[in-house]
Amino acid sequence: MNLHEYQARELLRRAGVPVPPGEVATTAAEAKAVAERLGRGKVVVKAQVHVGGRGKAGGVKLADTPDQAKEVAGKILGMKIKGLTVEKVLIAPAAEIVSEAYVGVIVDRTSQSPVFMVSPAGGIDIEEVAAKTPEKIFKARVDARYGLLQHQAMALAFTLYSDVALVRQAAVILQKLYRAFVDAGASLAEINPLVVTPANEVVALDAKIVVDDNELERRPDIEALRDVSAENPFEVLAREANLTYIKLEGDVGCVVNGAGLAMATMDLVKYYGGEPANFLDIGGSSNPEKVVTALRIITADPNVKAILFNIFGGITRCDDVANGIVTATKQFTVKVPIVIRLTGTNEEAAVRILEGVGMKAGTDMDEAVKKAVEAAKKGAAA
Amino acid sequence: MSIFVTKDTKLVIQGITGRDGSFHAKQALEYGTRVVAGVTPGKGGQTFEGTVPIFNTVDEAVRSTGANTSVIYVPAKFAADAIFEAADAGVALVVCISEGVPVLDMTRVMPYLQEKGVRLIGPNCPGLISPGQGKVGIIPGRICAEGPVGVVSRSGTLTYEVVYQLTRAGIGQTTCVGIGGDPIIGTNFIDCLEAFEKDPATKAIVMIGEIGGTDEQNAAEFVRAKVKKPVVGFIAGQTAPPGRRMGHAGAIISGSSGTAAEKIAAFETAGIAVMKRPADVVALIQERL
Repeated sequence: MNLHEYQARELLRRAGVPVPPGEVATTAAEAKAVAERLGRGKVVVKAQVHVGGRGKAGGVKLADTPDQAKEVAGKILGMKIKGLTVEKVLIAPAAEIVSEAYVGVIVDRTSQSPVFMVSPAGGIDIEEVAAKTPEKIFKARVDARYGLLQHQAMALAFTLYSDVALVRQAAVILQKLYRAFVDAGASLAEINPLVVTPANEVVALDAKIVVDDNELERRPDIEALRDVSAENPFEVLAREANLTYIKLEGDVGCVVNGAGLAMATMDLVKYYGGEPANFLDIGGSSNPEKVVTALRIITADPNVKAILFNIFGGITRCDDVANGIVTATKQFTVKVPIVIRLTGTNEEAAVRILEGVGMKAGTDMDEAVKKAVEAAKKGAAA
Repeated sequence: MSIFVTKDTKLVIQGITGRDGSFHAKQALEYGTRVVAGVTPGKGGQTFEGTVPIFNTVDEAVRSTGANTSVIYVPAKFAADAIFEAADAGVALVVCISEGVPVLDMTRVMPYLQEKGVRLIGPNCPGLISPGQGKVGIIPGRICAEGPVGVVSRSGTLTYEVVYQLTRAGIGQTTCVGIGGDPIIGTNFIDCLEAFEKDPATKAIVMIGEIGGTDEQNAAEFVRAKVKKPVVGFIAGQTAPPGRRMGHAGAIISGSSGTAAEKIAAFETAGIAVMKRPADVVALIQERL
């Protein structure tokens, strides 16, 4: 789960990282009031959306006066950045900056540990720095049992600054950033830029935190930060039903059990000349209700011209899936053809259930995918 | 022969009285696996299905029964502690089926296991099966058969699909290992490839990967340098969009890295025969046996 910048700033502030003041506004009038509270000086107005490149898209603007802040916020609120509507803006004092650095910590797959990455070349996309000037990136692996050690934090900070007063401030910030990272159950926490002010203070201007979804169950305070308005409503519905759904652009709706098989099914749709409309994993243990929700979500996508079920029964019972399909077709009309492939646990019972309502099911994955692709093409031509 | 699970495997099941644990304990028993103990805190002294003694702790279970392998079916938030407990009790192999284990928990578990020399398979995996010898985990026994092919995969049901295609074509397996779909897992492709290369009964290897991370690329390099047996590979997620987690926590393309195209290219460079679709496994393996 991605947190908004203002939420990440708040978590860092709570962990003791120096973060300049700033408040969120959802209307232009609120933005003006915030700018007034911040002392009527120059402010920066920043769109709060879950995408990178906000600045380039026009989602970050400066304002000299509260009236200008109102005007600028009015333009940014409601604008679309990479398909997402801006619902909130963050207003913060425009900082005077002597230098900009990058500091971040991620869970690294290769070393199976948290790894810090810092760079004196901050303020820009760190992936770009890593690709073009890898010598400007410095890393430290953390043993998660002990956390970021003092000497590691100092060594990293010395790669950023030569003034030891700044080094000490940065080292403290790095250890507090690590604390915030662990407390949030994050897979990534970064400050970009970490700046030095004319008063020789090191402060965090922008922050980003990505939380590991698997942590949310035991961290209700973090789960409460979820901004449902920033997500696709059907993906929200799916998550609430314990399904994983990701909308794509094609016209063959897919319902599959298991993530790997779901991806392989999408790939096979493409292999036979079709385009998948979605990724949908109904998960391990089956439950007819989940299948009903899955069909409800897929049939709500107007692009879908055919629906493909691909079920390899293990823990998932084929008869549960068949019952779900039958229940769904009784609850609402499915206007597009459904092609069903199921094999494995309770396959025979499933076939009987489907035949009872005049539906057929096959056992071969390739044949089912071919049929679904053809049906979608016919549907698109009609 | 086979890898990791053999006739000598003596299994303790952590969470044996839970919904998933009890279901799969029965399946393991029916398959002929030597299930010697179960663990559920508070149910020590009872028996499962009238035959398997239940203990309060893994330590007691291991001391009383000589269990050498543990399988974990506890809820995700308790999984890390269950792994620590199994390692402390002295089993050599821990298989964690639980899905949804926080990745920061795994960053603490892994260095501990390395220091103890304990092998972990998973988490978020279907476990493994050595047809005719035993099964540890949830891979359905009836889709497998004894034979010469080693299978290693990051997936669950996609593995079943591929194994089932092999079995239907009369090609059996030495061992099928599901290593799990999480970003941090215990046993990786290379560990399995190394074990299959050493196993005299394994004549060919099937490797099923997916988008996200660099394990498949590293494994391809290992195959090029160290594996003499023929390897057939598949990568799921060619149509996956970047930046989205495709069900498995580890199946995500970050920026431009971890794509299917990059992994398929690494396979081809290493001389691994690439399956364009799961059904290709039969022909590609038949050509190489």
